[in-house]
Amino acid sequence: MLPLESLALGTIDALTALLMMVVNLLPDSLAAPFEYRFMQRALLTSVLVGAICGLLSCYVVLKRWSLLGDAISHAVLPGVAIAYLLGWPFFIGAFVTGALTSLGIGAIERHTRIKSDAAMGLMFTAAFALGIVIISKIATSTHLMHILFGNVLGVQTSALILTLVASLVALLVIWLAYRPLLLYTFDPQQAQALGFNTSIIHYGLILLLTLTIVASLETVGIILVVAMLITPGATAHLLTDRFTTMLAISVSVGVISAVVGLVLSVRLDVASGGAIVLVASGLFLVALLAAPKHGLVARHWRRWRLNQTSQT
Amino acid sequence: MTDSDPALEARRLWAAYHQRPVLENISLSLPQGQWTAIVGPNGAGKSSLLNLMIGSLAPLRGELKILGQSPASQRRAGSIAYMAQQERMEWDFPISVRDTVLTGRYGLMRHDPLWQRLLPRQWANPSHRQAVEAALEAVDMADHAARPIGELSGGQKKRVMLARALAQQARILLLDEPLAGVDPPSEALILSTLERERSTGRTIIMVTHDMPSARLYADNVLLINRTLVGMGSPDEMLSDAMLARLAVGVLEASPGGARVAA
Repeated sequence: MLPLESLALGTIDALTALLMMVVNLLPDSLAAPFEYRFMQRALLTSVLVGAICGLLSCYVVLKRWSLLGDAISHAVLPGVAIAYLLGWPFFIGAFVTGALTSLGIGAIERHTRIKSDAAMGLMFTAAFALGIVIISKIATSTHLMHILFGNVLGVQTSALILTLVASLVALLVIWLAYRPLLLYTFDPQQAQALGFNTSIIHYGLILLLTLTIVASLETVGIILVVAMLITPGATAHLLTDRFTTMLAISVSVGVISAVVGLVLSVRLDVASGGAIVLVASGLFLVALLAAPKHGLVARHWRRWRLNQTSQT
Repeated sequence: MTDSDPALEARRLWAAYHQRPVLENISLSLPQGQWTAIVGPNGAGKSSLLNLMIGSLAPLRGELKILGQSPASQRRAGSIAYMAQQERMEWDFPISVRDTVLTGRYGLMRHDPLWQRLLPRQWANPSHRQAVEAALEAVDMADHAARPIGELSGGQKKRVMLARALAQQARILLLDEPLAGVDPPSEALILSTLERERSTGRTIIMVTHDMPSARLYADNVLLINRTLVGMGSPDEMLSDAMLARLAVGVLEASPGGARVAA
């Protein structure tokens, strides 16, 4: 355990040093806050969370899993609470309740006449309520607020290690299983016909989603992590017709929103989670209006041009 | 697996969706190397038969064998290429025509060495690229290879889906309504491409509503309306008498329908 931990700490130091080299290129007024250790930790956490959320967000958006992402993120709460009670790592509890909820949603959908949106709404609000009840019994309301809305400035080293490991695992899995994941997202029936085990891919993707959500808990919190799992991917989808480019744009949107949001939250003294999500939403709005092919302006321009040519 | 094993063999096969039977007691055997058209009214279980083969539907009862083995093992071996109905595809997906066709090779790519599987497609085994380019040529879509799939017309979309199935170079081609909603030039191109595939010894199984092409090209016709109504040559099966029997099957199958007929 010890060599692993020192390895993780070494990686964190190296990544922080790398980030600080970039930060030092910025004007002093922007770079100044990052002289503090806690700001450096917050910066690294934000970059990592922005990157993995951006990566996963492409799959969430293309697979139409936005509501499922919302459901899992809420369902994580009782898991965190129970893990806290038992003294387990947060991730284990979060994963168990996240996975149970997604299984429950699937079971209700398959075996009753309840449709999937109602099944999701039902399961995740129930799990969330359970979480709130447990936490209200065992912890203070500030603690609850931090889980719900995140507090990136107060990130502990242990949480940073978790985020780092989660990011590496997500990156590795997406690299190793790139083709099965792409095919399952694009055309699950084709994946089946080619002999891929689609239930493993399905639950693997849910596992990755849960991992990402848990890793983002401290930064943006349970309620707003969903935004980071939808907005970067949706923005990228408006900007490109290539999947690899979409991954790259989505990761950039995630990282830029996380970093800019962090700086803004310090500057303006506002909640970090909210600031990060607002920056992401702003980027989406720009893409929505100005995307070269799928943006609103381009669409109206094309329609206008068509009208002009058809009249002459 | 030998050449004498039937391409598809079903024994007392039953299937159900949501506890409602869609296929009842189907027993049949299709030899390899033939072109079979599956004909029947909407909701008669034609697509369900294909879904049983590709594994998206599990049989309720009975036995299904493909090339003498279990469907799952033949899927893993890459023997089954599947072309879905057009509405089943996500045309908004950010993917080019060429990359879409390449997904037909994904099953075979599992047999490549690990280092090749971890690299982008530029460094993949050249056999995959060649198969993709040949398939694009066959359906006359090579000029559109770099375009996103969402920009294509209906007929072009169908041809891309066919190219993906061809690129797999599988022994069995399963096609779900390959001619539905297709313009006449695309239809002619699809049929001539399929005929060429059949002449190289591939087995073609297609669900269709298009009687003229079934009459002209198919070796066998299966009439299905939940049960197997008939199986034989196109001339026998697509006669007015047989098609009337198929249609009567619909009325009997739908509650209250028989009374309307009487």
